[in-house]
Amino acid sequence: MSVNILMPALSPTMTEGKLARWLKKEGEAIASGDVIAEIETDKATMEVEAVDEGTLGRILVEAGTEGVKVNAPIAILVADGEAVPDAAPTAGAPEAAPAAQAATPAVASAPPAAAPAPAPAPVGEAAPKAGRVFASPLARRIAAQKGVDLGAVKGSGPNGRIVRRDVEAALAAPVAAPVAPKAAPQPTPTIDVPHTAVPNSSVRKVIARRLTEAKSTIPHFYVAMDVELDALLALRAQLNASSPAEGPGAFKLSVNDLLIKAVAVTLRRVPKVNASYTEDATILYDDVDVSVAVSVPDGLITPIIRNADRKSLSQISNEAKELIARARAGKLKPQEFQGGSFSISNMGMYGVKEFSAIINPPQAAILAIAAGEKRAVVKGDALAIATVMTVTLSVDHRVVDGALAAEWVAAFRSMVESPLSLVV
Amino acid sequence: MNKTEFDLVVVGGGPGGYVAAIRAAQLGLKAAVVEANHLGGICLNWGCIPTKALLRASEINHLLHHLGEFGFAADNVRFDLQKVVKRSRQVAGQLSSGVGHLLKKNKVTVFDGFGALAGKDGSRRLLSVTKDGKPVAMLSAQNIILATGARARVLPGLEPDGKLIWSYREAMVPTEMPKSLLVIGSGAIGIEFASFYRNMGAEVTVVEVLDRILPVEDEEISALAHKAFVKQGMTILTGAKIGPITKGADNVSLSVEAGGKTHALTVDRVISAVGIVGNVENLGLEGTAVTVERTHVKVDATCFTGEPGIYAIGDLAGPPWLAHKASHEGVMCVEAIAGRHVHPIDPLNIPGCTYCRPQIASVGLTEARAKEAGHKVRVGRFPFIGNGKAIAMGEPEGLVKTVFDAETGELLGAHMIGAEVTEMIQGYVIARTSELTDAELKETVFPHPTISEAMHEAVLAAYDGALHI
Repeated sequence: MSVNILMPALSPTMTEGKLARWLKKEGEAIASGDVIAEIETDKATMEVEAVDEGTLGRILVEAGTEGVKVNAPIAILVADGEAVPDAAPTAGAPEAAPAAQAATPAVASAPPAAAPAPAPAPVGEAAPKAGRVFASPLARRIAAQKGVDLGAVKGSGPNGRIVRRDVEAALAAPVAAPVAPKAAPQPTPTIDVPHTAVPNSSVRKVIARRLTEAKSTIPHFYVAMDVELDALLALRAQLNASSPAEGPGAFKLSVNDLLIKAVAVTLRRVPKVNASYTEDATILYDDVDVSVAVSVPDGLITPIIRNADRKSLSQISNEAKELIARARAGKLKPQEFQGGSFSISNMGMYGVKEFSAIINPPQAAILAIAAGEKRAVVKGDALAIATVMTVTLSVDHRVVDGALAAEWVAAFRSMVESPLSLVV
Repeated sequence: MNKTEFDLVVVGGGPGGYVAAIRAAQLGLKAAVVEANHLGGICLNWGCIPTKALLRASEINHLLHHLGEFGFAADNVRFDLQKVVKRSRQVAGQLSSGVGHLLKKNKVTVFDGFGALAGKDGSRRLLSVTKDGKPVAMLSAQNIILATGARARVLPGLEPDGKLIWSYREAMVPTEMPKSLLVIGSGAIGIEFASFYRNMGAEVTVVEVLDRILPVEDEEISALAHKAFVKQGMTILTGAKIGPITKGADNVSLSVEAGGKTHALTVDRVISAVGIVGNVENLGLEGTAVTVERTHVKVDATCFTGEPGIYAIGDLAGPPWLAHKASHEGVMCVEAIAGRHVHPIDPLNIPGCTYCRPQIASVGLTEARAKEAGHKVRVGRFPFIGNGKAIAMGEPEGLVKTVFDAETGELLGAHMIGAEVTEMIQGYVIARTSELTDAELKETVFPHPTISEAMHEAVLAAYDGALHI
């Protein structure tokens, strides 16, 4: 008996989303747990795993379709050998409806929360290599001659067959759209030295695709500044000393907690950086939601401290600890890492002198924080010792111009160097 | 919905319109056809079908005069032109009523009258139907497909008069055989009439303005056809300029300049076959976004006119002027209206057939066009003289020519002249539509003995070398 695969809800508030792409084709066998599709909301991409097994009988919602309602049938799963119905079986009984049916979002698959993909570029679309590729003889020959990976081409012919125009479109794509994401699945170079091939996890693939997209579509530029930390460290020591030894009110602020708050307050003071670029308009966010990059065993993820400008340091600290712990355990809920209006990446604990980060789309900026270290500084024509860290702001030049970026970084420095406003 | 409300109304019941209506009914749409004359349109009533009946008669006449080649003898071979014409009309009538049955079976309502756009009712389109100037009905539809077809182009001085100067229509129902005939225009229509009348015994002269007959075909095919027609006794004047026409009591005199010479001709009848113009008049297009360009309605790849709810297909919507193109567009357009995913038609995958003797059929690019388009080509040729079946049938004159892209092996075009080629071209059309390359065509096993083996050999000739030549 055929079963509808339904549009899953990625978060409790999600009502619709974009069916980004199919990872299975009509007629392909599906085992329980197989990733069959990717769904995008405005903030994130999630994989859809099959619950039941069978054959993907019919795709009802084409890849790239936006505004697909949660719980709308997106495909029909049939038993092997079963005839495929034309339309979605109308499940009269309500138990056949919601997400429990056949699709669940796979948890913790999205790296730095993600932007809506630009117009799907045929080459960029990684399709499964496994299984039979349906392509016309002419499409196969041209692909072979031009080195196009048919597994990465989406077919537009009858029943999704790849025909010549698809291969030609794939060939033309990088030229026609220079800002399109570069093909993630490049033809694999032949490696003949001794090596171990570690298969890419789905998280790794999403990271690869998202970061490639960000770095190749967003015009980045970088503004670096040295920031003295001594006042902030003194404040931290003072505040931590005031914490109760234990109990509900206890806190232990990290430097990072104070920097999150400093970033948030700076964003409130220079709000034009708390923004996103879209084709039609620059979006200025009402809330300051700070994404904090956390490295996890197989990549990284960005839990969000929402409304960080309005939270107290102890609130931020406790929330960050808890989120980071659950991020490392792979237990974040989608809404906890999807979204955010600005990101922080802190590599201070590794002793890094300075670095530049890749913007986490659709955000307009990310702050790279390096290690605080004692350096010789000049104060009033005399040498002095201060604890200094170098921060580098990566910005999307479509939204933020140089003067604005400089203004933001300077405001951040004065916030850190005169940190009392962090506690009021 | 009452009796005048429809999901789709098709204006014109030709091979585009009636097929569109049937497809609409299959997809669950409530559909109607408005036809001013005969169901089946020109194709069925005054075009493709009745001419094939006539051409069949002329082939039989030819065969009867060559019985000796096959060991037969017959005296006093003759034909009754009235019976030949009557059979042709019966064939047309039978098929036209067949279309009526098909529409009825599919619950398509047929309105007898002239349809014209008559404004909007909300998002619905209105269509007035009139008969002899009197209103018959006012229809309302979600979508309207215009499929009113085309008619013969009339050149000044060559207006059909029903007696001496004929259009295709008079040429199809002659009351007596003209002794001599001038055909102006050497496209498919002109050449088919020239072939019919020549094979029925008339003296036929063909006049073409361009430098070769059948100008859309591959040059080699044009040349072979030219040679074959001349051998049959036709006179062909290409690169010709026609002087003023003098009508006599029962003949026409004119001078034709061709090849640097002036030919003074006197012929019993003249057939004007100089192309067609679209039936765009009185359709109520004024005040809509529908654009008419050179008597044809402009449409996009899914036959949409740009005016919400209004589509145009077939001859009305532009070349090639072929019934099968109209039918295919009708189906595609209706499927698009019904929300299905459709594939626009590639004009290079639409075959063309001319049913003269010898027959001509082609698909895709000619060799010259392929080169113009920048392809490096591989060309294969195979003459019928190397084909056993063709020789056994007494049809040793013919050629199959293939044009491949030298780099990709794509079959860019195929061009055939000879017996039965109109029945065989679909093999190459399937190859093109399926995007087969030389490899698959080479590996295909063709049945022996058939004339179609020449198609295989023409592929081999482009690559490894044909076997039987």
